[in-house]
Amino acid sequence: MANDFPLSSGSVGVVAPLSARFDTPLTLKSGAVLPGFELMYETYGTLNGARSNAVLVCPALSGHHHAAGVHADAPNNTGWWDNLIGPGKPLDTSKFFVVSINNLGGCHGSTGPVSANPDTGRPWGADFPIVTVEDWMAAQALLADRLGVDSWAAIIGGSLGGMQAMAWAIHRPARVRHAIVIASAPKLTAQNIAFNEVARQAIITDPDFHGGHFYEHDTLPRRGLRLARMLGHITYQSDDLMAEKFGRRLREGGRKFSFEVEFEVESYLRYQGDKFAASFDANTYLLATRALDYFDPAGDAGGDLAAAFAPATADFLLVSFSTDWRFAPARSREIVDALMRNRRNVSYAEIESSAGHDSFLLDDPHYHAVLRAYFDNITV
Amino acid sequence: MSTLDIRIDHDVIASWVAEGARVLDLGCGDGELLRYLKDKRGASGYGVEIDVERVIAGMKNGINVLQIDLEEGLYDFEDQSFDLVIISNALQTLHRTEKLLREMLRVGREAVVSFPNFAYWKHRVAIMDGHMPVSDRLPFQWYDTPNVRFFTVADFEALCDKLGIAVRERLVLDDAGKPVTEEHNFLGSFALYRLG
Repeated sequence: MANDFPLSSGSVGVVAPLSARFDTPLTLKSGAVLPGFELMYETYGTLNGARSNAVLVCPALSGHHHAAGVHADAPNNTGWWDNLIGPGKPLDTSKFFVVSINNLGGCHGSTGPVSANPDTGRPWGADFPIVTVEDWMAAQALLADRLGVDSWAAIIGGSLGGMQAMAWAIHRPARVRHAIVIASAPKLTAQNIAFNEVARQAIITDPDFHGGHFYEHDTLPRRGLRLARMLGHITYQSDDLMAEKFGRRLREGGRKFSFEVEFEVESYLRYQGDKFAASFDANTYLLATRALDYFDPAGDAGGDLAAAFAPATADFLLVSFSTDWRFAPARSREIVDALMRNRRNVSYAEIESSAGHDSFLLDDPHYHAVLRAYFDNITV
Repeated sequence: MSTLDIRIDHDVIASWVAEGARVLDLGCGDGELLRYLKDKRGASGYGVEIDVERVIAGMKNGINVLQIDLEEGLYDFEDQSFDLVIISNALQTLHRTEKLLREMLRVGREAVVSFPNFAYWKHRVAIMDGHMPVSDRLPFQWYDTPNVRFFTVADFEALCDKLGIAVRERLVLDDAGKPVTEEHNFLGSFALYRLG
């Protein structure tokens, strides 16, 4: 692909987001019905004649469709999983046709709280129905139909993205041959739900939230989103990594005996919080954290995770990271265990990393070697 | 192990594996054995390995590899969920020998264990000379060996006896890979056991 931007080798280059409109009503797990919707996505590589080389990339909490390459109008805005996806990279676009999606309820073009509610003509805001991981999967399946993909060679996702890969394997077993579940869990723990609740409360109690209809007030709950993201950032990293990155370093010389930004870590958190608050929708954040809370395939199968995975026919790869305390290795082992009980093909790697949950976005050599080895063995 | 040893080890184990058996291979290394059993005997199952480089090698070999520390035991694995649990040339690298042997026969209907014999006569000679043995079967200096348990054919059988584990088959090999028919603990440098 020709481009004028200085991209690292192995980049998919300049990509353009696509959108697909669906006018058939979608009944959600809650019972609510979306009359129609739009999904934003990007594709990298070429679908082969047999339509057997498609890989679906499922986004995590704050992810979207722009996973690789750059947009012509934003040459510095590289996709969020660009280190993984591209020609010659572990998810090799010269072999695979990669589809990356922005889920329902998102804030990057797919139908979500920012979109107009057809009943009122005004943004959905807080009235947008609660969407679940299974609802996302159902919408993704409609996009797969549209693209002519009967069966995905693989579905890959980290964290909340891994949950979508599991949902496919359980509910659409004939349509996924390999499920790659990274830094994920079969369900959230109480502690995890608690973190989500604090994040939601930060947003909901922000006076600028206006019960979720802040668009009409021409404002946004910046403080709430900022706090939610700051909290998230703390939990996505490890104690060790924060010690390594910031320690107790002060920005300037000594203590000022104030509550201003003094420690490096405070400055970092505020920066991350501000950046996020300026670019992400508060209602989408609420929806996505709820989708995380609700995901519980075992709960839907009488409490037995092995029973939940009984319909699955895919081969699995599970990856966890040693310092990820939000989606700890033990949680991935629960999934491995349930899959072994079903005699599924499953491989599992527990990568040594100091970076906590965020490790799944980084390019640790062992981590990427594991993914490369796995993808290389997928026949298309 | 030399290439010859690996071939013999794998051939012997393959002969103890029933067609289509479900196999768990502990300390599976690069997955060669499991790959061999898959191709040769239509076996299925998993390899367990702690070292990430070998996990990657196993995945390249197209086997199911689980990166699990065997010192934790096999708590993830269901009772009697495998036809055979193998530990090929790795038992000597693990601390919790008794626990692991018991676990192997909890998880598998049968177990296969292969290991180098520390009482092989050349090893005894090395000790008599005042040095820790270094040989084809023990190819490590004392200061960089992965081995943490040093035992002999006689020791292993005594432990099986203590644990009430029946020896179904035994093959002890000399340095040239030939079966030893007498004085196993003296003439044999490598031993394979089928237990259960």
